[in-house]
Amino acid sequence: MDKDSVPSIHMMRSQLGRARGLGAAKSGSGHWWAQRVTAIALLPLSLYFVASTLILAGASRADMAAYMAKPWNAVLFLCLIAALFYHLVLGLQVVIEDYVHKESTKLVSLLAIKGLSIFCALACAVSVLKLAF
Amino acid sequence: MVGRNSEGKLVRRPISPFMLGSAYKPQMSSMTSIMHRITGCALGVGTLLLTLWLVTAASGDDAFSIVQAFLSSWIGILVLIGFTAALFYHFCNGIRHLAWDAGKGFDLPTMHRTGAIVIAATIILTVAFWVIAFLVG
Repeated sequence: MDKDSVPSIHMMRSQLGRARGLGAAKSGSGHWWAQRVTAIALLPLSLYFVASTLILAGASRADMAAYMAKPWNAVLFLCLIAALFYHLVLGLQVVIEDYVHKESTKLVSLLAIKGLSIFCALACAVSVLKLAF
Repeated sequence: MVGRNSEGKLVRRPISPFMLGSAYKPQMSSMTSIMHRITGCALGVGTLLLTLWLVTAASGDDAFSIVQAFLSSWIGILVLIGFTAALFYHFCNGIRHLAWDAGKGFDLPTMHRTGAIVIAATIILTVAFWVIAFLVG
């Protein structure tokens, strides 16, 4: 930004829309809570994941399938996938909003991480189910 | 940064210097904080590897054997050591953040002590994980 230019604010919203819709707690608190709830869920789930990687180190595909065929393992992996990717999106969103200041780049980055995360989460979940059944 | 002065006129305000650079010296608070972000982003990259591992396991022997061969190579193990260290750090420092969210541990002596505990726990857990991994594998 040019330091000598006349300062100005560009906004798509009307002044009334701003006054009504933009309290700090309107959408931010939902994000804040979701990040904490997923973090708490991930405490036991990530320990379970670490234990699983030790059990499955060097495993064959048949070993993987036998592991996921046990209902608890498939369910815990699905819980892990849901909490993990949700937590990831929330975290990456904050990082992008903090460091990317150009509106267009910010929007594209946010859409990209959300799209990629949903894609990977579904790919993981379908794979776990395919191994399980 | 554009703001308004007391007369409602738009003015350009000075902003504080960026966190990295000569303006601030490294401290326990700032370093553990930025490490939480860096490890979080690294773990985001790690989820791509997790996806690759699960998808190839569900897909076929050819794809899975390539992934397993990479993961058991020395560069693959080096990558995995990095991801486990990042996971244990983010896990331990995440507990610290949750304690702060509950309003506990804000005073400086406690903050320095818990920061040191997080770093020590990360090293211990990472070493323990890989000792077990090599004993099991």
